[in-house]
Amino acid sequence: MANDMAVQVSDLRKRYGDTNAVDGVELEIRRGEVFALLGPNGAGKTTTVEILEGFRDRDGGAAEVLGEDPGRAGRAWRARIGVVLQLASAGPEVSVRELVRHFAGFYPRPRDPDEVIALVGLGEQAGKRISTLSGGQARRVDVALGIVGRPELLFLDEPTTGFDPQARRQFWGLIRELAAEGVTIVLTTHYLEEAEALAGRLAVLADGRVVAAGTPASLGGTDRPATVSWDTPDGRRAVQTPAPTQVIAGLARQAGEVPGLTVTRPTLEDTYLELIGAGADIGGQA
Amino acid sequence: MTTQTQTRAGLTPGRAPLPSLLTMGLSRGRFELTSFFREREVVVFIFALPAVLLLLLGSIFNNQHVNVPGVTTGQLYAAGMIAGGIMATSFQYLGISVAVERDQGMLKRLYGTPLPHTAYFIGKIIQTFVCVVAEVVLLLIVGVAFYHLPLPSTPGRWWTLVWVCLLGGLASALLGLGVSSLARSARSASPVVTLPFLVLQFISGIFVPFSSVPHGLQDAAAVFPLKWMAQGLRSVFLPPQAATLEPAHSWEPGRVALVLAVWIAAGLVLCIRTFRWQNRR
Repeated sequence: MANDMAVQVSDLRKRYGDTNAVDGVELEIRRGEVFALLGPNGAGKTTTVEILEGFRDRDGGAAEVLGEDPGRAGRAWRARIGVVLQLASAGPEVSVRELVRHFAGFYPRPRDPDEVIALVGLGEQAGKRISTLSGGQARRVDVALGIVGRPELLFLDEPTTGFDPQARRQFWGLIRELAAEGVTIVLTTHYLEEAEALAGRLAVLADGRVVAAGTPASLGGTDRPATVSWDTPDGRRAVQTPAPTQVIAGLARQAGEVPGLTVTRPTLEDTYLELIGAGADIGGQA
Repeated sequence: MTTQTQTRAGLTPGRAPLPSLLTMGLSRGRFELTSFFREREVVVFIFALPAVLLLLLGSIFNNQHVNVPGVTTGQLYAAGMIAGGIMATSFQYLGISVAVERDQGMLKRLYGTPLPHTAYFIGKIIQTFVCVVAEVVLLLIVGVAFYHLPLPSTPGRWWTLVWVCLLGGLASALLGLGVSSLARSARSASPVVTLPFLVLQFISGIFVPFSSVPHGLQDAAAVFPLKWMAQGLRSVFLPPQAATLEPAHSWEPGRVALVLAVWIAAGLVLCIRTFRWQNRR
């Protein structure tokens, strides 16, 4: 049973001074899924992920990543995870190919470095020095270094921050390819559309807590109650209902053509803003 | 141990073993050396600068008189500058470059891979060793070509050259790694490292003959390794009568070795206690 889980976290806690950066986070991420941690800046996404990556100690709670405690796991465990940190790489005076090859040498069963470089879309820049790359290209080098070890589980911390829309689409394509290969992917983002486009499931984090979790559809869209509204001689009427078809069928039986009929559902964005709106008020001073 | 075996056994069958420490250490060493010699600022301001300063200082002060027959100011500078060069390629370079690696996230990125931490330090040792040897050779060439610096005349003197370079380089390298953690960012690393190093070179007899340094500053310099490295190197290249220029009127090889050994121990403790793989939040 535990083997189906890539990540299991319960009551995870981390304090910085007086702030509870992570305040009882619960997560279950299955093998092979793409999971997004969504939340505003300062919600505790990076701290959570860095605990799972073994970069930070937790102050409380339990965490298991690929069956091991990330606070104690060794090199064999490290070889099975890939990490793309939240920073743009400025690097030493080496070429993309040299750097990716160098990192490949740390792993027992690395991917072919040139194949990885092509996969992240840097085929033409392979011979260029890291220092001459654009921000988006440098970010792809980060991703190349994260996947060259053929990880079972890949962490991506805000991978597309600062990307233009086209670069973001290309990047999404890459994530989908990796997911199709069976890599479990955990990404943090504050872009809703990114979570919606990529993630099979997501958790919304606010003030160090998971305030909602589920599929993008369950948090917004077709799984949420719909609002049916139409015009009446007395003005516009609206009904919130989980069964809009029945409501409309009822209306049609009475009136035939229903004037001004609309059916709307809250988007993920509506739900998200509602969720973090409450959190943002509490955390406003922080 | 048991858990380790269990987790290994629980993995996908046929999982390849991790690359060996030696392989990764050598790979790090090659990578570090490539980075060193490709960085133009490093090659100019760290590697070549001691040779340029030796040429400058040696030429400017060459007609100044030294109170010991058979010794020229140029030779005095050449011997001392080798000590300065060793410290530049070890202390100054590591102090700045490791702070930059930390600030740019390179250390954190390495920490996130299965690379053993020891392999990282093996890489640093290889890089520092090769660069220190290259620096000493460069300064020897300048010293021999321009200031008639005599190469060590006995096996004993060659041996002194080897151990002073090794102990001095190691002590300086460890101090450099330790100091790198003091810098809060890549930008602050250069002043944090370079300013004390400049002061140390003035009071330790690298830029100014040690006998011209005021006594109070001589005493201050005697706390740090550079003065002792320079003294050890003068004993390698200068005739025995030049020992009268030293404060103790002797080369004090035992004390040179002892002070450097104490600094190696202190530097090791400093590194173990302060080395960080990521910047403070």
